Amino acid sequence: MSVVVVLIGLSMLVAGGFLLAFLWAVRTGQFDDRYTPSVRILLDDHPAAESISETTIDKDQDGK
Amino acid sequence: MTHGAVEEIASSVLCYHCGDRVGNRGVQFDDKSFCCSGCRSVYEILRAGDLCTYYALSSAPGSAPSDAPRGRFTFLDDQEIRRRMLDFSDGTTATVTLSIPSLHCSSCIWLLESLHKIDSGILHSRVDFLRKQVLIRFDEQRTSLRRIVELVADLGYEPELGLDEARERTKNADTTRSLYYKIGIAGFSFANIMLFSFPEYLSGGALGPELKRIFGLLNLGLALPVFAYSASDYFRSAVTGVRRRMLNIDVPIALGLMIVFLRSVVEILAETGPGYFDSMTGLVLFLLVGRVFQSKTYDGLNFERTYASYFPLAVTVRRNDTEQMTPVSRLAVGDRMVIRHGEIVPADAVLMEGIGRIDYAFVTGESAPVEVPAGKVVYAGGRQVGGVVEMEVVKEVSQGYLTHLWREFPSSGEREARWTTYANTVGKYFTYGVLLIALFVAAYWLPRDIGTALDAVTGVLIVACPCALALATPFAYGTAMRILGRHGLYLKRAGVVESLARVDTVVFDKTGTIAHAGSSRPVFVGAPLAPGELQSIVTLAAQSGHPLSRWLAVNLDAAPAGTALGFREHAGEGIEGQVGTHGVCLGSPAFVARMTGESCGDQGDPGASHVVVAVDGVVRGYFAIGNQYREGLAGLISRLRKRYELSLLSGDNDSERQRLRGIFGDQADLRFHQSPSDKVAAVQALQRLGKKVMMIGDGLNDGAALNRSDVGVAIAERPGAFSPAADAILDGGRLADLRAFLDFTRSVRVVVLAAFLISLIYNFAGFTFAARGVLSPLIAAILMPLSSITVVAWSTLLTRFMAHRKGLL
Repeated sequence: MSVVVVLIGLSMLVAGGFLLAFLWAVRTGQFDDRYTPSVRILLDDHPAAESISETTIDKDQDGK
Repeated sequence: MTHGAVEEIASSVLCYHCGDRVGNRGVQFDDKSFCCSGCRSVYEILRAGDLCTYYALSSAPGSAPSDAPRGRFTFLDDQEIRRRMLDFSDGTTATVTLSIPSLHCSSCIWLLESLHKIDSGILHSRVDFLRKQVLIRFDEQRTSLRRIVELVADLGYEPELGLDEARERTKNADTTRSLYYKIGIAGFSFANIMLFSFPEYLSGGALGPELKRIFGLLNLGLALPVFAYSASDYFRSAVTGVRRRMLNIDVPIALGLMIVFLRSVVEILAETGPGYFDSMTGLVLFLLVGRVFQSKTYDGLNFERTYASYFPLAVTVRRNDTEQMTPVSRLAVGDRMVIRHGEIVPADAVLMEGIGRIDYAFVTGESAPVEVPAGKVVYAGGRQVGGVVEMEVVKEVSQGYLTHLWREFPSSGEREARWTTYANTVGKYFTYGVLLIALFVAAYWLPRDIGTALDAVTGVLIVACPCALALATPFAYGTAMRILGRHGLYLKRAGVVESLARVDTVVFDKTGTIAHAGSSRPVFVGAPLAPGELQSIVTLAAQSGHPLSRWLAVNLDAAPAGTALGFREHAGEGIEGQVGTHGVCLGSPAFVARMTGESCGDQGDPGASHVVVAVDGVVRGYFAIGNQYREGLAGLISRLRKRYELSLLSGDNDSERQRLRGIFGDQADLRFHQSPSDKVAAVQALQRLGKKVMMIGDGLNDGAALNRSDVGVAIAERPGAFSPAADAILDGGRLADLRAFLDFTRSVRVVVLAAFLISLIYNFAGFTFAARGVLSPLIAAILMPLSSITVVAWSTLLTRFMAHRKGLL
C-alpha cells in the first residue's frame, strides 16, 4: 500500500513539472505567434538576434 | 554577396522588385527591369545593405513604395506622438510595434527581421506574420522612431500608424494567455482526477478506506484551482448577469459548479463518498475549450477603425513662414494648415489660399470632387485633389461633424448587449425550469427523508448544469466562422453568425460596395477619334496626376507614343500640351471651353464624370466614366429579393437610378444624395419597424450606419485593406455569394437549436436519476462528458455538412 502512495506522489511531481513547463511556455509568449516561427526556421541567412551568441552571426558588424 | 546566380525570374517585362508589368514608366538598372523608380530605389537600398537574399527567397516579393513626400513622417519626432506610439522606452532603448498591411511572404519576414543591417541603431526586429506586425527594438541614441518608419516605408512596407494601440495589444495578449493558463490547469486536474477516481469506480467497493481518503483529498486539492481559477470567468459573468437582472446561460452553469463543488467537499471530508470532482473539472475543461474554439480572431484584420483612423496623425502647419508638422490633436482654432494633393483635411477649416477641389468621398460617398472657392468652409474628412491649398482651422478636430456623428452611435461593445443570443434565451427558461424541478423534488422528499432530499436536490442541480447547451453555440458558430472566412467573409466574433441568421433586411451602399468606379472601359461620346489621335491622348493623360487622367491612360486601348511637349497641367481642371503633331486638351467642360473658346455642347446626364477632349483646338467629344457594377450583382439581387427586403442608400447623385431600378426591382427602396446621418436615420427607421438590418458599406460615410445596423458588413477589395469599423469584413469579389452565406448561417441556427434539444434530452435522463436520489458519481462521470461530446460532435459535423450542402466546403 505504501508503495502505491509513494508512486502517486512521484507521478504527481512529474505531472506537476509538465504543468509548470506548459505555464512557463505560455508566459514567455511561445503561444503568442504560432505561425511565423515555422517560416523563420526555413530562412537560411537568419538575421542576428541579440540573444544568439556570436558564432551564429556571420560577417555582421552590428551584431554586438 | 549579391546573388548573381539569381537569374531573371520570370519574363523580362515583369518588375524585378514587385512583379508588376513594366510599363512605360519602367526603368533599367543593374541589368534588371523595374516598373518604377520607387521599386528601383528599394533594390538599391537592399543592394547597398547586402540584402539581396530578399529576392532569392521568393520571386518579385516587394511592393512599390508610396510616392508621397518623404517629409510626411516628420511629425514622429514630436515628443507626445512618440510617447503614444512606443510600446516601451527607458531613454536608451525603445520598442515599437508597427502594423504593416503589405506584409505577405517569407521574403518580407526575412527583410524586416534584417533591418539592423541597414540601420545599426535597430537592435532587433521580429515579425508576427498573422498579425501583420513587426516589433522593433532600437537604440534611441543611434536612430529614431521617425528614421525607422521612414526606412520601412522606403522599403515598400508603408506602416499603418496609430496612437495608443500598445495598451490594447497587451490587454488582448493577456486575455489569450490567461485562457491558456486556465485550460492548462483544468486539463491537468481533469486527467489526474480521472486517474484517481477510476480505482473507486472499478474496484467494486474493494478499495481500502485509507486509499479512498488519500484519493479523495488529492482530488480535492486538484479540483480547488479549477474551481477557484479556471472557472472564475463563469462566476463573474453569472454575477454580472444576476445584477443586471438578465439570466444568462452562465447563471445555471455557475450554480451547478458551486453545488457540485460543495457537495463533493462535504462527501470527501465526511468520507461518505468520492465526490463529483471528475465531472466538474471535465465540464470546466470542455467549456474552456469551447471558448478557445470560438475565440478565433482574424489578427491581420482591423474591425475597429473609427473616423480617427482615416485622418492623418499630423498635418503641416505654417507659423511665421515656417512649415511644421503638427499632431492633429494639437491643432488649435486659427492654425493655418497647408494641405497638399491627396491629403485629408483633419478639421473643419476655411480655405484661405489656392483652389480647393475637395473630394468628400469619405464623408458623403459622392465621388466627384467639389470646387471650393477661397473663404468657404471645408469640412473635415475632405481630400484635396490638385494643387496646394492653405486653410485656417475653425473648429478643433474633436468638435467636427464626423467626430460628432461617430460619437452618437454605440460602440460595438454596447451593441453586443442588445443581442440576446439564443443560448442566453434558452438559458433563462432553463434556469427557471431547473429551479422548479428542484422545488418539486424537495417538496416530495422533505417529508419522507431529509438525507435523500438533500441528495436529490443537489443531484438535480448538478445534472442540470447546461454545459452541453453552452457548448453548442461556440462549436457550431466557431466552425461556421472558419468556413465563412475561407470564402472571404471575415467575422469579428463567432456570435455574428447568429446575427446574420436573423437578418431580414439588407441595405446596400453604392459606390465601393456594389459598384466600383473606375474599372469599366471608357466610352467615348462624339465623332470617332483616329488611332493617332487616341495615342496622343493617352500620352498626354499619362503625364497627369489627376485620377481621371490616370485612369484614362491605363484603360484606353492605345499605347502611349512620342513625348508630350510643353504640357501644362491645371490642377484639378485639366491638362493641355503638344503631342507629336496634335495639340491636345483634356479636362473638365469648363476648362476645355476656356482653352478652345468653344462650348462643349450637351453633356448628357450631368451625374457621370466626363473628360472632354479637344484636338487641335476642336472639341471632339467626351469620355464618359460611368459606374461599373460588381460581377454577379444582378444575380445576387434577384436571389436576395425573394427573401429579404432590400434598399440602397447612396451618397452619390441619382444618375444611375434607372439602371439600379432595373436591378433592384420595384419594391426596393432606392435613395440618393444620402449624407452619413441620413443613412443612419434610414437604418434606424427600418429598425423601428422591427426589421433586423444588415448594412453593407465600404467607406467612412457608411461607418456610422454600419455601427448602428444589426450587422454591419464592410466591403474591402482585399483582406487587410482599409475598411471602417464593422461586425464583418467581406472581400469585394465575394459579394455575389452573399445569399449563400446568409442561407448557411440560417441552417447553422437550425443545427444549434437541434443541439439544444439533444442536450435537454441528456439533462432529462440525468433528472430521472437525480430526482430519485440515486445519482452516483459514476453515472455523472459517464453522463456529463458523454452529453458534451455528443453536442460538440453534432454541432461541428452538422455545420460542416450544411456548408457542404450549400457548396461552401
